[in-house]
Amino acid sequence: MTMELDVFVGNTTIIDEEVYQLWLDGFSVADAVKMRLENGALGECEVSGEVLHSDTMDQYRTFQMCERLLHCPSKLANQLLFQIPAHHQAMLIERYYEFDHMFAREVLGKKLSKGTKKDLDDISSKTGIALKSCRRQFDNFKRVFKVVEELKGPLAENVQHHFLLSDLLAKDYAAVVFFANSRFETGKKKLQYLSFQDFAFCACQLISYWTVGAVDNMMDDMDVDLEKEFLHDLKDLKVLVNDKDMLDQHKSLVCSQLRGRIRVFTEMEANFKNLSRALINIASKLTNTKDVRDLFIDLVEKFIEPCRSDKWTAGDLTLFLTHYTSTASTLETFRYQVIWERYMGVVKSCILKMYHD
Amino acid sequence: MPGKLKAKIVAGRHLPVMDRASDLTDAFVEVKFGNTTFKTDVYPKSLNPQWNSEWFKFEVDDEDLQDEPLQITVLDHDTYSANDAIGKVYIDIDPLLSSEAATVISGWFPIYDTIHGIRGEINVLVKVDLFNDLNRFRQSSCGVKFFCTTSIPRCYRAVMVHGFVEELVVNEDPEYQWIDRIRTPRASNEARQRLISLMSGELQRKIGLKVLEMGGNAVVGYLQCFDLEGESGLVVRAIGTACTLDKISNTYAPASAINPCNSSPSKDTKDSPQAVPSALGCRSTHSSPVHSASSRLSQGFSVSVPTLLFAGMKHRHRSSEGPRARQCRAGFGEEAPGVPLSSGPPTPLRAQTFSSFSPSKSYSRQSSSSDTELSLTPKTARICLSPSSPTLQSKSSPIPTTKALRSTTPPPLHVSQSDTAMLRKSVSFSEDLLLAASGMGSGGSAGKEAGPLKALLRQQTQSALEQREFPFFTLTSFPAGFLLHVGGVVSARSVKLLDRIHNPALGNTRSYKLLDWNSFTADEPETRDAWWEEIRQEIKSHAKALGCHAVVGYSESTSICEEVCILSASGTAAVLSSRFMQDGALDMDHRLSRQQAPVFTSGTEKGEGDMGSSASLGFEDLAPPGCGFCHIPYDELNMPFPAQLTYCHCCRRFKVPDVLFTTIDLPTEANVTGKGCLIQARLCRTKKKAQGEGNATAISNLLPFLEYELHTQLMNKLKLRSMNALFGLRIQISIGENMLLGLASATGVYLTPLPSPGGIQIAGKTPSDITYEQHISNMQKKINDTIAKNKELYEVNPPKLFTLDPEAFRCINTELVEEVIGSPIPEPRQRSRLFRSHSESSDEVSELDLSHGKKDAFVLEIDDTDAVEDIHSLLTDAPTPPGFYSCNTEIMPGIYNWTSALQMFTSVRVFRLSNVNLTNQGLNKVFNDLCENLLKSLYFKLRSMVPCCLCHLNFTVAVPEDELIQVAVTAVAMSFDKEQTLENGRQSCDKTLMKAITENEEQLQFPLELTAESSSNPLSSAKGLSEVSGALPSARVSSLEKASPLPEGRSRSLRSNRSYAGGSVAVVKMTPLSFIPGTKIIKYLGIINMFFIRETTSLREEGGVSGFLHSFIAEVFAMVRAHVAALGGNAVVSYSMKECVFMENPNKNQAQCLINVSGDAVIFVRESELEATPPQPQSASTQTSSSGEGT
Repeated sequence: MTMELDVFVGNTTIIDEEVYQLWLDGFSVADAVKMRLENGALGECEVSGEVLHSDTMDQYRTFQMCERLLHCPSKLANQLLFQIPAHHQAMLIERYYEFDHMFAREVLGKKLSKGTKKDLDDISSKTGIALKSCRRQFDNFKRVFKVVEELKGPLAENVQHHFLLSDLLAKDYAAVVFFANSRFETGKKKLQYLSFQDFAFCACQLISYWTVGAVDNMMDDMDVDLEKEFLHDLKDLKVLVNDKDMLDQHKSLVCSQLRGRIRVFTEMEANFKNLSRALINIASKLTNTKDVRDLFIDLVEKFIEPCRSDKWTAGDLTLFLTHYTSTASTLETFRYQVIWERYMGVVKSCILKMYHD
Repeated sequence: MPGKLKAKIVAGRHLPVMDRASDLTDAFVEVKFGNTTFKTDVYPKSLNPQWNSEWFKFEVDDEDLQDEPLQITVLDHDTYSANDAIGKVYIDIDPLLSSEAATVISGWFPIYDTIHGIRGEINVLVKVDLFNDLNRFRQSSCGVKFFCTTSIPRCYRAVMVHGFVEELVVNEDPEYQWIDRIRTPRASNEARQRLISLMSGELQRKIGLKVLEMGGNAVVGYLQCFDLEGESGLVVRAIGTACTLDKISNTYAPASAINPCNSSPSKDTKDSPQAVPSALGCRSTHSSPVHSASSRLSQGFSVSVPTLLFAGMKHRHRSSEGPRARQCRAGFGEEAPGVPLSSGPPTPLRAQTFSSFSPSKSYSRQSSSSDTELSLTPKTARICLSPSSPTLQSKSSPIPTTKALRSTTPPPLHVSQSDTAMLRKSVSFSEDLLLAASGMGSGGSAGKEAGPLKALLRQQTQSALEQREFPFFTLTSFPAGFLLHVGGVVSARSVKLLDRIHNPALGNTRSYKLLDWNSFTADEPETRDAWWEEIRQEIKSHAKALGCHAVVGYSESTSICEEVCILSASGTAAVLSSRFMQDGALDMDHRLSRQQAPVFTSGTEKGEGDMGSSASLGFEDLAPPGCGFCHIPYDELNMPFPAQLTYCHCCRRFKVPDVLFTTIDLPTEANVTGKGCLIQARLCRTKKKAQGEGNATAISNLLPFLEYELHTQLMNKLKLRSMNALFGLRIQISIGENMLLGLASATGVYLTPLPSPGGIQIAGKTPSDITYEQHISNMQKKINDTIAKNKELYEVNPPKLFTLDPEAFRCINTELVEEVIGSPIPEPRQRSRLFRSHSESSDEVSELDLSHGKKDAFVLEIDDTDAVEDIHSLLTDAPTPPGFYSCNTEIMPGIYNWTSALQMFTSVRVFRLSNVNLTNQGLNKVFNDLCENLLKSLYFKLRSMVPCCLCHLNFTVAVPEDELIQVAVTAVAMSFDKEQTLENGRQSCDKTLMKAITENEEQLQFPLELTAESSSNPLSSAKGLSEVSGALPSARVSSLEKASPLPEGRSRSLRSNRSYAGGSVAVVKMTPLSFIPGTKIIKYLGIINMFFIRETTSLREEGGVSGFLHSFIAEVFAMVRAHVAALGGNAVVSYSMKECVFMENPNKNQAQCLINVSGDAVIFVRESELEATPPQPQSASTQTSSSGEGT
């Protein structure tokens, strides 16, 4: 004796947020029922497993039918099949596009291709996120990427406009798209300590200051790529390390500013040339796509690690970078103030964000 | 005769990809009506084509306009191969044919394919220009309004209720034609959909014709059903109640504007205590000689077993010619002894004897008397209104107030939408006139004479009704004062053997020519008609036996399995008021108007008071509100059956039965204690597989047992809940190959006028056994506990039996007092009646029968297994979880403070019985569990709406295959406000009602002002009102549309508004009820009647049967909503899913489902918005109108 068929359809589509989350997390119906029973959130109403199973099945079917619409969120408001209240529509979309930072961290900077998709089971077992959920998140990345890739205008806004997401989520997607487009290296062992949020912050900085859109919003170019001209101009900064006088002058200015104010002054004084050279070298190499990809590993290897081994505190680093940037502008012979500040502004905030254990 | 249908294809969106190479589609559209087809251009390479076509014009007969749907097919152009169909849209243009309904259909429709479901949407614009006054033409019935709602629609007034209309058409089912073997499933499904659409169109047209013949202009309670008889064909049949309706919104004249609060005097009268005493006094009819003479009937029917009125007719052949009525009675006589009920325990339910049936001739004799022509017809009304009847004024001396004078202005005779005030006037006059004309006394006669007079009057009504072939009404709730007495449920069933319907039209070249009953004289096609006629005669005679002359809440249904078909009909025998005409004024929101209106006190309203008191004459037949309908219509001295009668607990003057079963909704004025609840009796009986006649015999032998047991269950469950009445009773019997399913659903309530039900006592037959005794006492304890628990749960605290119900008593007293104070100068007539009522009541109080307190409890003997099973099932019914109530009627007694949150839903379950050798008990348990679990699931699903009530819970059971049981439920969950106490709820309810009425008038009064200048600026009116209606999705809302000729420009501008409205889809509410709480329906746009077929050959891929049906039901909802939105509506009321036939073949990965839904498309506005919006200033409306013109 079995239930052959069991459906419930409301004129207004009933959506249980808890079940939706379970569905998004990739749980099977049986697991979802078990979890709902365990959660005991249904304490008030006495329900049997049977009722729960029926309800869960029903919700899962609804979500499956909605999924097609969620792939193009603007359709959700236009479609006639489901009558869903506006706040529920927003919730459905937002939750559908929400992703696990653990997962995002894994695919960050990778090409969003079929090859990567094949590796999802590894990511799944590594992160403990259900494969189903991984696939959804990956497909979301890919879908968003495809849509906004060729679009003009601010990246986050494009994402928001096309996928009706919240500000925060749109910004995160902008980061993912940006990383995927520029294919920044994030997978190296030395970078493992960095979280998705760290990278998202950096991405945001890069998007805000180093892309074409950063200079001129009205420009008909895209937010996805770094400004070529700017990267080219960065070569000019070499003068700061190549010109011996300037390097010395720069060092003395910084030292005079920081003397007594940072704990690691001696180490700084000894290392100044190396540190400065590292930063300038990174800047000058950015014309190569390969070096752009290695931006973060370079920052870590060439700058962050030396500092860390000298036991710099975050405060020390902040002071150093602040004065390192500002004093260079005061150098008489230094003519690239604008480029310098544009470069150092981003590098400084990125390093500060990345400087933790 | 002719009309011009115009259609424009605007755009498409979300089309499916038809060309894999480009991932795009080259779409074009074919627009077809009748035999004419137009095509749009191909819009290449787009999933969102913008055709923006010209207007396609079809010049057609209005007959075709009524029958045919507009057929829109979206195709993908293919250069090399045949064009692929994407999907279709059928648009029923009937709403455009009535001037009061929609004027334009415009919006996004889902493109539907029977194999793939919804595939994108298409934006269409449809209009109709009708040339002539169509009502002159016989073949068409344009303009007749159809309503699924089984009460007088909210914004109408019933001027006249004409009675029963029915019709059926048959055809060959395309699914079973030879051609089906060579065509694709898609083509077959589409042929079927189209045919059924055509047939329902034709059916509606024919019913419309009948209505026009009767002089009506609308069908209320329209119930259309399909019988898929398989090989033998397809029957589409419909029943309804013909009415003459008057739109309220158009009829508020300046008179009502002057004194809007009192513009409905008759309503006030009804509710005011004044009316009550007079009503109390008038019912001496029981002792009137006329009545007793006519009611000496000697049937052996039990009122408490009304559902058992069963006829096992087995006319297996089409040769059922001759006087059918007589034959059917004979059939009853034969079958009745077979019903094993005559011998049984001395419970009221079992102790009945079926004596031979001898219908009294007195009724019919009276019906032939000349008095009948005095029955109220529009003619009399006109005579009343015409100033040329001076007798009128002389006789209704108290009436000539300022208003009365107004009424003497000659109204245009043929216009039914004359001033309401006048019509209301006519209401009170007509009564006088009737009395006068009957020659039995003057209108100013005292109450003493009025008694016998009334009796005579009732006889006249009865005779008038008797004259009709079927005095049936599909209505389930009535304008106050219409329903006088309720006798009980009457039902009839008949088992038939299906035979191929002879269809000569099939040989014709036109493949789907419809069969026209009238055009074939051959007696064969008459079969289905004759079948129903028999059943109806049966019902009619049952009603007569109960001393009733009408059947209300009438419905018909069938269950088909292979060649056997059970036809069922049921209704409630009732006595109706003769004054069809005057009731209409009250019907608007009568549901809410159960509270007493303020008493007239001030001198300024004296005129109204007078008016009221004179109008009260019209309510003489009305017993005190709340108990009158319970009073027995039959003669207590010559009771047709043994039943326990007691004096009414409210008025203590008339006899009431101990239990009352009805198929109608709870009358609004009913006096109810506590809350109600859903009561279901479920039964499953095995049956041997058989063929043909043997099968039919087996089924008809089983039926009486089934009905009897269902009835026992209902009775037990009712008693378990301490209730004494059932409303909305619906008994469904479904036949399968090897079982019979019976499901009876009703809403149990405790009617205050009826005696308190006794408990349930369990008795065993072997008292010697101690353990057995213990077992029994245990069970008894359990039952008693349950009863006590239920009493608390449903707040059933019946008044103590021996102390006179204080409330009822006070009620009488205060009413009497108020009567004296209330009307400063009571008319002599009324005063005398007052005295009379007083004396009468004192007389009868002394006669109060107090013995009912010692009434025997309901005894259950558990010696046979059946009884054990009964008790078991009694106790297994799980109580509703806290915060939930449920009923299958429209409203739940005891809940008044509804919020606007509502959720309509459909749930379907199919259960497979794996064990073929199940016993009856096993089957019962399975079936019972299935229903219980379904309810549990519903409660769980809707837990977020608590506190809420599931209303109109409509269960449909079927046995689609050998071991399958299918249960489908459609209902609405409505939240209510728990915080408010009941009393507050009532008050606020009353207040909002009053406000709503005044608001309504204000609102209506202003467009009327506008109409005056509408010739100069027709846009202003519509625009103004649309602003009033605020949040409506479309701006086409206007009660004025009729008055303002629809200018081309307006609709265009509005359409553009909608299509560019940011893409958000208009919300369309759906409900099986006739109203939406907290809102006011301002316009009915037309009936929605849709039939869909969905088939799949990839069942697994679509998520199995559940996935398939889930998406199909969602699609059906979507299509209903889209059609309503396109008509300019924002809700569907009285929605129901008539048919849900699901067939599957998992081995072939196939499934098919047919769904038929219906409802009324309406526009509603929130009452809060109505209140918030003052009448629009002229400037604002002209301003908006100018912007409207600009577009």
